[in-house]
Amino acid sequence: MKSRKPSIPYIIWMVIFTMIPIVMIGFTAFTDSQGNFSLEAFSKAFFYTDVFIHSLWIALLSTAICLLLAYPLAYLITRMKKSSQNTVIMLLMIPMWMNFLLRIYAWVTLLQDNGPIDLALSLLGIHGTYIGNSAAVVLGMVYEYLPFMVLPIYTVMSKIDYSLIEAAQDLGSNNLAVFGKVVAPLSVPGIISGVTMVFVPSASTFLVAQYLGGTDDIMIGDVIDKIFWTDQNTGSAISLILMVFIFVFLIIMNLFGDEEAIA
Amino acid sequence: MKRIISIILAVVMTAMCLVCFSGCGKSYVGEVNVYNWGEYIANGEDGLMDVIDEFEKSTNIKVNYTTYETNEQLYNMLKNSNASYDVIIPSDYMISKLIKEDMLLELNYDNIPNYQNIMERFKHLACDPESKYTVAYSWGVTAMVYDKTKLDKKPTSWEALWDKNLSGDILMFNNSRDAMAIAMQLCGIDPSNCTKEDIDIAAKKLSEQKPLLKMYVMDQVFNQMEKSQAAISPYYAGDVMVMMENNEDLDYAMPVDGANLFYDAMCIPKCSKNKENAEKFINFMQEPKIAAANFEYLLYATPNQKTFDEYLDDDIKNNELIFPSEEYLDKCYVFSDIPDDVYSHMQEQFVNIQAK
Repeated sequence: MKSRKPSIPYIIWMVIFTMIPIVMIGFTAFTDSQGNFSLEAFSKAFFYTDVFIHSLWIALLSTAICLLLAYPLAYLITRMKKSSQNTVIMLLMIPMWMNFLLRIYAWVTLLQDNGPIDLALSLLGIHGTYIGNSAAVVLGMVYEYLPFMVLPIYTVMSKIDYSLIEAAQDLGSNNLAVFGKVVAPLSVPGIISGVTMVFVPSASTFLVAQYLGGTDDIMIGDVIDKIFWTDQNTGSAISLILMVFIFVFLIIMNLFGDEEAIA
Repeated sequence: MKRIISIILAVVMTAMCLVCFSGCGKSYVGEVNVYNWGEYIANGEDGLMDVIDEFEKSTNIKVNYTTYETNEQLYNMLKNSNASYDVIIPSDYMISKLIKEDMLLELNYDNIPNYQNIMERFKHLACDPESKYTVAYSWGVTAMVYDKTKLDKKPTSWEALWDKNLSGDILMFNNSRDAMAIAMQLCGIDPSNCTKEDIDIAAKKLSEQKPLLKMYVMDQVFNQMEKSQAAISPYYAGDVMVMMENNEDLDYAMPVDGANLFYDAMCIPKCSKNKENAEKFINFMQEPKIAAANFEYLLYATPNQKTFDEYLDDDIKNNELIFPSEEYLDKCYVFSDIPDDVYSHMQEQFVNIQAK
C-alpha cells in the first residue's frame, strides 16, 4: 500500500476550507435565526425561483456559446505549427492577466450609448441600445469564460496520438470520418472539464449582470449576496439549492463521458 | 580552522543584519489600528497631504490601516473576529447599534482638545446624545444629480425619479436603506423610524418605479452619469460634486422637503488595546489643516468649524449641496438603528422588488 502521508496537508486544507463551510451552510439553511430546526428558509427561497431559472438559463446559454466558439478554435490550434500554437494560447491568456472587473468595464465602455460600437453602427444607419439587456450579459459571460473552455479542450486534443489519426486514414476514412470517429470521441474529457469550468462560475456570478444587465437581469448570486446582509438562513438555503443543482448538472455531464473524465 | 572562520563570518553577518535593521526601520513608540471606509482619507494622491504619514511623523505612532466597504462588514468584524481595532468610523445608525450593544468605549475628551473645533450641530449627534462616544468625521446629504440636456428644469422633489417621460433613463440606489427612504419620504412616512407596514408601502412605491429604471447602481453611477448614459440619479452630495466636475452637463437638485442627513463619526471599540493612541489619532484628524486635506480629498462636508472658517474657499462654503443651510438641515432626517427583524424585512422586500 502506498503511503498516504503526502496527502495529509491537502486533506486538512479540504476539510477546513471546503467541508466545514459546506456543513455550516447546510446547518444554517435548516435553522431559523434562533438556531432551531426550521424549513422556513427554504420556503422563502422559493420566492426566487424565477431568478434561479433565469440565472441557470443565462449560464447554460453562455456555456453553449462558449463551447461552439471554443471547440473549432481548439481544433484549429492543434493543427498549427507548435510555435504558432504557443503564440495563440498566449494571446488567449493575456486578457486574463487583467482584473475581471476592468475587463467588464471595458465592455461597458464599448457597448454604451455613443460608445464605439454604437457610433460605428449609427454611421451605417442602425440605431439601438446594446447594453442593459440579457444579450449583453451573455456576451460578457462568454468573453470572461471563453479561455476556460478553450484551454482544457486544446490540452486534451493536443495529446491525441497522431498515429491513431493516421491509422484511420489508412483504413480509408476521409477527414470528416477521422474527426467524427477519432478526434471528437477522444476530446470528450476536455469538453466536460471546459463545460464545468464555464457553467459553474457563470451560474453564480453577478458582477457581469450588475454591470452589463438591466433591471430585469438580476442573477441568483446577487440575491444571495443581498439576502446574506440580514438573513443568513435564507441566503444559505438558496446557496444550498444552487449547489445541489450544479452537482446534479455535473453528474449528468459525467454520464456522457467515460470514467477518466470525472473531474 | 574552517570552523573558526565560519563562526566569525556568522557573527559578522548577524551583526550586519542587526545594524541594517536598526538603521532602516523606524522605531515607533506605539501603534494604532485604524479601521476605516475604503478611500475615505487623504492619501497623498492629487497633490494632497498623506494624512497617515503625517500622523506617523508627528507622533511616532505606527498606523495599521485597514478598510471596509459596508457598516455591516464592520459590525461583523467587531462581533465575530478576534481582530483588535482602536479607531473605527461607522455611520449614524451603526453607531446607535454599537452603543446599544455596549461595544464602544467612552472617550476621554480631555485628550481630544480639537473636539472644540466641531460644529455645534455635530457635537450632539442623535445617535450619541450625551456626546460620550463620538467625534464626527464627515457628513453630507443625499441629493439628485441630473443631466441638463435631458431635463427641461431643475427637479424639486424625489418624484422626478418616477417621471414617466424619463423612462429608461433613471438610475436608483442599489441599497435598501437609501432606496426605501426616498420612497418613504414620497409616501409621507418618516424614514428615520419606520415599521414593517411602512416598508411594505414603500416597497409598493419602488416596484412602480422599477419599469422606468435603467439600472440599480452604486459605484456604477459615476460612469453612467459622467458618460451621459442616464438622465437622473440620486446619490451622496460629495460624490455628486465629483461627477459634476467630470461632466459639465450635470447639475445637482435637492428635494425641497429635505433628504437624508448622514454622518460618520470616529469611535473607539471595546476591543481597543491602544486607547490613548486612538485618542491621539482622533484628535489629529480634527486638526483644522488635516480635516481640510481630508475634505478636499473626499468632498464630503467636514464637521470642523475651524477648517470651514480658515481653510475653505468661499465657493465651496456657499455651495448649497455640500454645506446646505441650517434651515435645510433642519428638514432632513437621520437614520436611526431599526430593530434587526425590521431591517431584515426591509432588505428582503428590496431584493424581492429586484427579483420580480
